[in-house]
Parts: sequence; C-alpha cells; structure tokens
Amino acid sequence: MQRIIKNGQLVDESWHLLPKDATLDGISNCDDLIVPLALWVDHSTALKARDGGLGVWLEAGEEIEEIADQLDNFQVIALNFPAFTDGRHCSTAYLLRNRYGYKGEVRAIGDVLRDQLFSYLRVGFDAFALREDKDPLDALKAFEEFSEVYQASTDQPLPLFRRRA
Amino acid sequence: MYVYDQYDQQIVEDRVKQFRDQTRRYLAGELSGEEFRPLRLQNGLYVQRFAPMLRVAVPYGLMSSAQVRMMAKIARDYDKGYAHISTRQNVQFNWPDLEDVPEILAELATVQMHAIQTSGNCIRNTTTDQFAGVAKDEIIDPRPWCEIIRQWSTFHPEFTHLPRKFKIAVNGAVGDRAAIEVHDIGLEAVQNEDGELGFRVSVGGGLGRTPIVGSFINEFLPWQHLISYLDAILRVYNRYGRRDNKYKARIKILVKALTPQVFAERVHAEWVHLKDGPTTLTEAEVARVAAHFIDPTYKVLDDQDAALAALDAEHPGFARWRQRNTFAHKKPGYVAVTLSLKPTGVAPGDVTDKQFDAIADLAERYSFAEVRNSHNQNIILADVEQAQLFSLWGELREHGFATPNVGLLTDIICCPGGDFCSLANAKSIPIAEAIQRRFDDLDYLFDIGNIDLNISGCMNACGHHHVGHIGILGVDKKGQEFYQVSLGGSSGRDASLAQILGPSFAEAEMANVIDKIIKVYVERRNEEESFLDTFRRVGVDPFKERVYAANH
Ligand code: HEM
Ligand code: SF4
Repeated sequence: MQRIIKNGQLVDESWHLLPKDATLDGISNCDDLIVPLALWVDHSTALKARDGGLGVWLEAGEEIEEIADQLDNFQVIALNFPAFTDGRHCSTAYLLRNRYGYKGEVRAIGDVLRDQLFSYLRVGFDAFALREDKDPLDALKAFEEFSEVYQASTDQPLPLFRRRA
Repeated sequence: MYVYDQYDQQIVEDRVKQFRDQTRRYLAGELSGEEFRPLRLQNGLYVQRFAPMLRVAVPYGLMSSAQVRMMAKIARDYDKGYAHISTRQNVQFNWPDLEDVPEILAELATVQMHAIQTSGNCIRNTTTDQFAGVAKDEIIDPRPWCEIIRQWSTFHPEFTHLPRKFKIAVNGAVGDRAAIEVHDIGLEAVQNEDGELGFRVSVGGGLGRTPIVGSFINEFLPWQHLISYLDAILRVYNRYGRRDNKYKARIKILVKALTPQVFAERVHAEWVHLKDGPTTLTEAEVARVAAHFIDPTYKVLDDQDAALAALDAEHPGFARWRQRNTFAHKKPGYVAVTLSLKPTGVAPGDVTDKQFDAIADLAERYSFAEVRNSHNQNIILADVEQAQLFSLWGELREHGFATPNVGLLTDIICCPGGDFCSLANAKSIPIAEAIQRRFDDLDYLFDIGNIDLNISGCMNACGHHHVGHIGILGVDKKGQEFYQVSLGGSSGRDASLAQILGPSFAEAEMANVIDKIIKVYVERRNEEESFLDTFRRVGVDPFKERVYAANH
C-alpha cells in the first residue's frame, strides 16, 4: 500500500485514484474514490449517490473554475503534476484555498518530489502522494528547509514586511 | 545599499543548507540528473561546454567593496582567476567545480550574496539603471522598488516553475538605461498630476528567438498595489503561458496571442481579488527599504568645470576619457565614472581577481565603497568627487580600466559564444576583438560617436543583438560559422528591433563589413546626427548597396 504525506505525517493511503479514462462500469459503491474531472462532469448525480467518499482530480491544464461552485461534493481535490517543472497547479491550490474557500484535502499527485514540497505546502496543499520510487520519509525533511519566507500565501497570509520586528 | 536584517540572512543561509543537501543527494545518486537540473538552474548553475558556470546574483547591479572582494576571492580560490559581468548586471564564473558550489554559496552568504533564481524558469534578478540614485535625469529612485520586488520574488511559492524564465526591469529616469521595454515586465516609476507615485507597466517584451517590444497595459498603477498587480500578472502567465514548446513559452507569446488588451483585462480581473489585501505595500515598508538608499554623506562642493577644462587642455587623453567615461551627477562637484571592461583583446566584461580587488579599493577611496555593474558589461563608481577625477584616471589607467570608449563602437556587448557556450552557432568574442582591432583609431571612434554594437552567438540573443544599433548574430551555414548583420535596433526609450541587412558573412569579412557600414553613416549623416538617427532617416538601402556591392 502506498503511503502518503498528510498534514506532515506519513499515513497509509485509503483512497483509490481512478485513471483518466475511468467509467462508471463496475465502480465501487463503498470505496473512497478520487475520480477524473471528466467522469464527474458527465456523471455527477450518480457519483453523488454513492456511499463511499468522493474526490476529484484535475490535469495540469484543467481549470478549477469548472467546478468552483461544486466543491462541497469533494472531500479531496487532487491536482496532477505531469512533471515537477509544471507549476500550474500551484496557482490552482492557491485559488482553491483563498478564492473558493475550500477546506477539504488538496493533494499533490503525479511527479511529486521532495524539493517542491515546501512551496506546495505554502500555496495550500496539505497532502502529497510522492512519486512511487521516492522515499516519503526522506521527503518530510522538506518542510523544515526554510524557517522564514517573504511572501504572503496560504500558509502565511501576511507578507514578511507586515511581520518584521 | 540594502543591508540584510536577520530575516534576509536566515533565508539565504537556509538556502545554502538546502542546496548543499541537494548537491549531496545528486552526487550520491539519490537525485537523477534530470531532477537535479532545474534545482541547480534555479541556483544559477549551468553546465557548459567545459565546466559548470555559476551566475551570482547582483541585485539591480549594486555591490559593496566587501562583495567585490568576495568576487575576487571566488575567482581566485574556485575559478581560473577571472569572472564575467553579465548583461543582466550579475557576475558569472566560468569554471567552478560542481562539488565546490555549496561552499561558494556559503562564502557568498557571509557578504549577503547568493545565486538564487539567476537562471531557470522563475523570476530572475530585477535590473535597473546603472546610474540609479545619482543620475541628473532621475525622477524616482528605482532601487527601493527593485529591492521590494527582489524580496517578493525570492522563492515565491506559486511561481517557482513558470513556463519560462521571467525578467523584470525598473526605470525611474527620463532616459531609459534599463531597457524596460524588452523585459517580460517593465516598470517605469512615474508621478501623476497630483504628485502621487505609481508605475507604468509594460508586459511581454523580450529578445531571444522572437524579439518583441513590450506593450503598456497599465498607465498608472499606484505604488501600494505593485505586489498584488505583479502577483496577478504572474498568475495569469503561470496558468496560461504555453508549456508545450519552450520557444513559445515566454509571456510575450501569450500577450501576443491574447492581444495586449485582452491580456490586460485578464490581469485586471485577477487583480480585483487581490487588490487591497495583505500584500498591499505600506508606507512603513517602503520607508524601511528606502532608508537603505538615501544619499551618502556628500560634501557641499562646487562643480569643477574650469579646473577640469584646464586639465583637459593639458592632457588630451584625460579629456577624451572624461568625455566618454564620465556621467553627469545630480550633486554639484560629483561625477559618475564608468570603468571600461572593453579594452581590445579582452573578452568584453571579463574582470580578473586582481582587478576586482583593485576596484574594491578604488570604490573605498573614491566612491563610498560601492560599485554598480551595468548591463553594458562595465562597472561604475557612481559618486566620485570631480576634484579627484584626475588622480582616479591615473589609477584606472594602471589597472586597464581607462579605455575611453564607453558608448562607442568598441564598447561591445557580447555573449560568451562558441568559446564557452554549448548552444552557440558561432564564436562571438573573436568577432568583437576583430572589430576592436579594426577601429583602433580613437579620433575616428570619437567622430563616429555613440553606437551600440551587440553580438550574440546564436538566436537565444544573450548579447541582445536585436537591440544593437548594429547587431551581429552567429548562424550556422552548412556547418560553418557565419554572421548575420542587422541595423537600427535600440533598447532605449524609443526601443526598436533591428532590421536584417541581408545574407550572412564569414568571420574574416566581419571587420570589413562593419567598416563599410560605418563609412556609409559618416558620408550620409547630417551634422551631429547619430548613427541610429541617420539609419532611421535614410533606411537600410544605402547600407545594403555598399556592403553587397558587386566588387565585394
Ligand atoms: C554560457 C552559457 C549561456 C547559456 C547556455 C545561455 C543560454 C541562454 C538561452 C538558452 C537564452 C534564451 C532563453 C529564451 O529565449 O527564453 C538566453 C537568454 C539570455 N541570456 Fe544567456 N546564456 C549563457 C550565457 C549568458 C551570458 C554570459 C549572458 C550575459 C552576458 C547572458 C545573457 C542573456 C540574456 C540577457 C538573455 C535574454 C534575452 C531575452 O531577453 O530574451 N547569457 N541565454
Ligand atoms: S546567445 Fe547563444 S551562443 Fe551566446 S551565450 Fe546565449 S546561448 Fe550561448
């Protein structure tokens, strides 16, 4: 079982991430599922009627605006990094937390590596599914790399210049 | 200049530790080359033809004597005894060992320096006028704003993996010496009718493969909103800039695709959410930063026109140097002095360790222990007493800094080219040298007057050839190194892109070609007319005819 980082701790993964081309056929009623955006868009009523937990995941090019008024339906929103050098979802996470007031889990999936975690945490991610070949225990160190930051973001709503002693 | 407090120092020291660990993990095989690459790039570390190249950040070009001495030390202890002033006011080392870089960063941190975001697809070092704070034509000192932008952009968590690199320049003077219109964002500090401070905002300028002059999308952004507006621009770019093709990934392509007007609307729509939030700048913060840039303790002096004229008469060499390498200062009795790093036979912008030490010394004795790097790849002592100018000239001559060519044809901007750079189509430094050798007659050079001659070894345009009055671009012609010439570019307030003259030339022809171009100018010019103005009046044809004449 994959272990993921959640709120700074390693936990066993309990959610199932459905692939991009997933359909409703044979879909579990009770499992906690993270479904691709397209499945949600086409079958939201059926998905809402299930008993298990529901999350949705977005490709880097998919826009959060598309579901901004439906966020209450999701316990998890997972944002996919096709490559760690693609920073689009850093803006998505920021918007989710600050513009759309989303309080559920925002999870980084895909090419998720230790050296990006500090900034992901800052913009609003609170869960991280590291790339499978990477050691999540080692990645925990990322959160302590910087003891001070300049900008306002999700983790620290005041920029340093409003906090400087 | 800005001095770190405990917060700034902590951030830089944390970075040293972080990069030390990243390098260790790379060398231990825990990080693949592909994974390490963007990390090292964001720390200014390229891997080049012969060795890594480390680009040290010099925020908006300002260095203290202590920092200049550190450049000397690094050049001596970790490199081959020299370094290079870049066209973005930074300092580059060409030969450090990867294993040494963490140690170099630790040394830099002791003098409040770093290499953060000097490369990679992130917000780069913010640049400005090399005469900021002393220029007579300055309206607003851009340096505090550059520092505020530096802090905002340093490890901005949302914008560390942009589609492509991102460069911001700020100007606060009547003339534009910061080339703001060829930057991703150009900011011009202005005052409105009520005397309030704000910024004109240009976006989408840039050189490289697709040179574009930026578009102004906001004529007056009140200063309080600078950061929220920058956040808005960057967010639009981060989300919608192209990522499928690195040659189409700069913000200029997005602005062009959307049109500047639509881009401006998108930014505005984003900005209304951010405006008046916690990132709104406070008077206290601006005052805190600006306090680092107040005037040094200038003496009350008079201008020394008569005394200097007398020295000119006696020493023609001094007169010439003074004419080219000094710049009017806002304070009576003071003058800014440019140290030319363009003597013939030295790669433009190269400085040896001994020269760095000498510069640090001169700055202490003549100019309040500070220097500035210019994007023209020279170094400036900004606050020299006119009464000391003659003795300074003598010292500069001893150290090889007194070539009286600032702004002249031989003050060439030149990228490292094929001698160092693995992307090059052609060498660029030998072309610069051949031209410098051809134009070795100072009287003739002075008569030709102001010319920006810029050379790049490939279309990445590190040498800014598109905005040279004369631009030279290295091209590959069936495996041979050839050079394309273009005319009429400008990076000043009237920014324009150069027009290609015609088919390219072999290396051996280049000095002749430039010679012909200059001859056309000299024949065609009206009195006092500059090369650029003449070109704009007569157009490209007369130059074409001469250069490609049948006897050629
Ligand atoms: C030696 C290794 C170097 C390499 C491999 C390199 C690589 C590049 C590349 C690939 C670009 C184009 C990026 C783009 O179009 O988005 C670029 C642009 C640029 N480089 Fe370099 N460069 C090198 C050295 C330098 C040096 C020494 C300078 C300063 C003298 C410099 C100044 C610039 C500038 C100012 C640009 C930006 C042009 C623009 O605004 O688009 N580069 N460089
Ligand atoms: S212009 Fe081309 S050759 Fe010159 S430094 Fe840049 S990438 Fe290298």
